[in-house]
Amino acid sequence: MNKMQIILNGILKNNPTFVLVLGMCPTLGTTTSAVNGLGMGVATMAVLIMSNLVISLIKNFIPDKVRIPAFIVVIASFVTIIQMLMQAYVPSLYASLGVFIPLIVVNCIILGRAEAFASKNGAMDSILDGVGIGLGFTIALTLIGAVREILGSGAIFGFSLGIADYMPLVFVLAPGAFFVLGYMMVLFNKLAKK
Amino acid sequence: MKSTLFNMVAVLFTVTLIASAGVGAVNMITADAIAEANAAATTQAVSNVLPEFDNTEISEQTIDDMTITVYTATNAGQTVGYAVESMTKNGFGGVIRLMVGFGADGKILNVNVLQQSETPGLGTKMADEGNALLSSIQNKNSWEIEFKVKKDGGELDALTAATISSRAYYEAVARAYEAYKVACGYQESADSVSGATATANNAGQQAQKGGQNE
Repeated sequence: MNKMQIILNGILKNNPTFVLVLGMCPTLGTTTSAVNGLGMGVATMAVLIMSNLVISLIKNFIPDKVRIPAFIVVIASFVTIIQMLMQAYVPSLYASLGVFIPLIVVNCIILGRAEAFASKNGAMDSILDGVGIGLGFTIALTLIGAVREILGSGAIFGFSLGIADYMPLVFVLAPGAFFVLGYMMVLFNKLAKK
Repeated sequence: MKSTLFNMVAVLFTVTLIASAGVGAVNMITADAIAEANAAATTQAVSNVLPEFDNTEISEQTIDDMTITVYTATNAGQTVGYAVESMTKNGFGGVIRLMVGFGADGKILNVNVLQQSETPGLGTKMADEGNALLSSIQNKNSWEIEFKVKKDGGELDALTAATISSRAYYEAVARAYEAYKVACGYQESADSVSGATATANNAGQQAQKGGQNE
């Protein structure tokens, strides 16, 4: 597989949100606005790239039976590091993503890629896989966030379009997340089939 | 790699050792920045609800098992107001934290919502400027207010379709008022604020009224 293909694979053919349907908890929970979706996607991508890199480097030293605990320790450390960095330098984004940042640890995309890709491939390919899957996740979350923000609160990236009073509020509430995710999944798979 | 007891223990020990060293290192780098960001947020929140000041003194009280922080603000040695960081657990979406500014004369100057997870578009209006909750208590004498919404027989407005959020808001303000009474030396220790209806202690208010008339 060439390098470009690995990245495109993560965005299109194996898109974590629309095709693999992994990591649904942060997808549904944080996408109340485009900015939140983008922030969550980028934070996840950062953890994914770092953990993929480290796991691909140490995979030959890890005994099979303690593989999963070792991976989880690596992932949890990177999540904690990202959390501290966000708290220190982007406190407002940290405040709005709240509990979902520490929950990146249990995001199945990250452990899934560690198992399925990084533990079988070299460092360079693993980084690219992290970039691809991370971009796929970020794009999906930003799109869902943007659609929910426009439909629910009549704004885009925080800029009010002045139509907030006419928009159905349900799209920024929990049920709206399921509606938007469902329809976007249909649309994505229809377009991807062509 | 084949697993033996020795290599499993050794590898897991090494991995956790290196990981915790990494986390510790980042913690050392970011600890100051996090403390600074938190301090800046607090200073910002205090100055949002009070007139100009040059120094604050922090004291803490426990009311209904919740920690309430009082910032006594002084300007050139003169007390200009009290900012009370109050909270309630009875919001529609859980905890609500507010910063309530009391003037030196006991007027409620401003209320700033620090944290809430209410329903977007309904309960979240409590954080908007000039909302019904704030405007029904702002610039009023705190001892004259009965912290009850109209539905509960009080006189304060509630947010449309968000009565639970409104009750919780006033409950938190009432708790701030209890802490303020202690901070300004009127009362030895705070009474508790009764549950979800956010009724401030009536007897306390009557006594306070009397106290002001004397």
